[in-house]
Amino acid sequence: MEVYIKGMGVISPQNTTDNNSFLDEIVVHDKEFLNCIEPSYKEHINPIQIRRMSRLIKMSIYASKFCLKDAGIENPGGIISGTGLGLVEDTEKFLNSILDHNEQFLTPTSFIQSTHNTISGQVAIALQCFNYNNTYSHRGFSFESALLDAMLLIHDKDAENVLVGGFDEITEQHHSILKKTKWVKKEKVNHLDLLNHKTQGTIDGEGVSFFSLTGKKDASNYAQIKSISTLYKPADFQEIENHIEKFLTDNGISKNNLDLVVLGVDGNIDTDGIYYHLTEKYFNTNYAYFKHLVGTYHTCGAFALWLAAKAIKTQNVPEIARFNKQNFTNKPIKNVLVYNHFKNINHTFYLLNQ
Amino acid sequence: MSKRIFVTGIGIISGIGNNVEETLQSIRDGKTGVGKITHLDTFHKDTIPVSEIKYTNEELIELMGLDNNLPYTRATLMGIVAAAEAVKCAGITDMKGKRTGLISGTTVGGMDKSEQYYHDFLTEGKHIKYIESHDCGDSTERIADYIGVKDFLSTTSTACSSAANSMILGARLIKNNILDRVIAGGTESLTKYHLNGFNTLMILDRELCKPFDENRHGLNLGEGAAFLVLESEDLVKESGKKVFCELTGYGNACEAFHQTASTPEGKGAYLAMKKALDRSGLKPEQIDYINAHGTGTENNDISEGRAIQNLFGENPPRVSSTKSFTGHTTSAAGGIEAVLSVLAIQHNMIYPNMNFKQQMKELSYKPVTELLENVKVDHVLSNSFGFGGNNSALIFSRV
Repeated sequence: MEVYIKGMGVISPQNTTDNNSFLDEIVVHDKEFLNCIEPSYKEHINPIQIRRMSRLIKMSIYASKFCLKDAGIENPGGIISGTGLGLVEDTEKFLNSILDHNEQFLTPTSFIQSTHNTISGQVAIALQCFNYNNTYSHRGFSFESALLDAMLLIHDKDAENVLVGGFDEITEQHHSILKKTKWVKKEKVNHLDLLNHKTQGTIDGEGVSFFSLTGKKDASNYAQIKSISTLYKPADFQEIENHIEKFLTDNGISKNNLDLVVLGVDGNIDTDGIYYHLTEKYFNTNYAYFKHLVGTYHTCGAFALWLAAKAIKTQNVPEIARFNKQNFTNKPIKNVLVYNHFKNINHTFYLLNQ
Repeated sequence: MSKRIFVTGIGIISGIGNNVEETLQSIRDGKTGVGKITHLDTFHKDTIPVSEIKYTNEELIELMGLDNNLPYTRATLMGIVAAAEAVKCAGITDMKGKRTGLISGTTVGGMDKSEQYYHDFLTEGKHIKYIESHDCGDSTERIADYIGVKDFLSTTSTACSSAANSMILGARLIKNNILDRVIAGGTESLTKYHLNGFNTLMILDRELCKPFDENRHGLNLGEGAAFLVLESEDLVKESGKKVFCELTGYGNACEAFHQTASTPEGKGAYLAMKKALDRSGLKPEQIDYINAHGTGTENNDISEGRAIQNLFGENPPRVSSTKSFTGHTTSAAGGIEAVLSVLAIQHNMIYPNMNFKQQMKELSYKPVTELLENVKVDHVLSNSFGFGGNNSALIFSRV
């Protein structure tokens, strides 16, 4: 498919709101989970509105406007987003008040803002965009569903350009719940050293990432998204290897042509095995990783897409994101594969070109 | 890209029946599913009527032969019932060999269990397994595992248009030759969460809802699930199977007006219907029946009613809302009403808009109030509009 990234707007636990820098100064977080570095919203949102919006809505409106500005687009041909858990803070607020007050004396604001499609809807209102609008919420396929939908819209010529995003947030309360599951580490860890904590679980994070996709080739684009693919509940490593092999072949490329593979490795001893298997036995190239910078969340693949596109555009992978630091070779970055999985259930693959 | 999309199977569960046959019977009998709350544990159980499915969760688990130790939410259980019926109806006995997807729409997801155990999640965590079934994707995955779908899974979450958007994505994936068939629809259970949410918005009728009535006072919530099996033209030719109808048009547009309200002229509704008509290549006068979103709220019915008038003129095709039968099943509504649209074509019938008495003064037309049988129903338009301005419309056509 001829689909290109024309603009990006990312808010993450790192400094990512200046598209001229690329992880130049790393933020070290002291909490058990990673919250976003919030920008000064005034640049893109009216101060009166800022006060009415919850944090995730503010971040999403900001990121989407900043993305469109980066792309030089005023009104997109479609707005599509993906989220694993939606607006957690508003959901908690409404749920807690229902339970605390026995379903009485409730006000609607947090309920209204808690549906998953609030973001696509609010962005549409902010832009006065009446075009195609959709929201997906399917675990580790949430952002990928949105991305696939956007690519189809462009491919089918239903839209010239599409604004596509992924958003998820983590709160103190939700973190305290996740800590009771096997998916978040019980011990406090230095997130930059995440991969050396070989225990069960990972560190939870959050992020909002918007992309302006277009069907028009242009030297100013960040990268081409050649194709994406998903794999649900693979039986074993072999099935994943076969899937990658077929995905690459279908796109006319061999694993030996990959200049960089971005991996979703997150320090969870239960589920990281596949990444080590692939780097040791299957691929032979340079690798990048990112969850030590932003944590794990349902739509963190969107951050990986940003990382891959930036790597292609700048022809560089920042030291902090290099997985094979010892033997990272300097070579042109033309073909990049992003491989990430969520809880070994939702496996996702993006192929990017220069 | 010229591929046609056929409907080869349907499955439904709602307050008016646990399958297609029971649903049809209730409609013929003029029997609503809306009544006093019996399953949902809520403060409002004596004052707010809803349409609940008749089974308890335990009965559904037993009925479908499921493991009682797994964290099944009500959305999952209803979804399994409806999806399994759709798959069986389509005569699919093996999911392998053909690229198959499941796309389900849901918004409250596993909130029924989360609200029940939230205090425990924050304290002891004895029921922590239910946090893993809280998100929207959980029900889709458990439904997929039950019916054996593995190639593609996704979940739409656009509030009350979720299931319609599932079908739209499904159709586009088939047209683009990414999948051969898709089981698409939605599932939503009643929860205290959205019952109270809608209640704070003051859009719940304390009596039976009266869509398109001058004196309407709001909607009745409902629960349920419904799925359609959509198959590619090639696959239908290959199997030679009988099809119900064709999905000839679909449109999605955004109102971009207010998170919970639509414009009085129904701009988003108009755009969605217009896009669906344009895609189908049909002229407005070729539509025989509009299964309206018709919630019974002041706001929806005027927006939708006017949008219909603007697109179809002063004498539009026959219109009715079936929400006075099923209640507003939110994310599942687009699926439930798609199944009813398919049945309207199959049985040449048009459903009554129950509880209607007085024509809205803003509209030039009245909805259908009696069950019509043996009438020409070749093309049906089904509307689904959601919070956030997410408007979608589908057109089903006789083959």
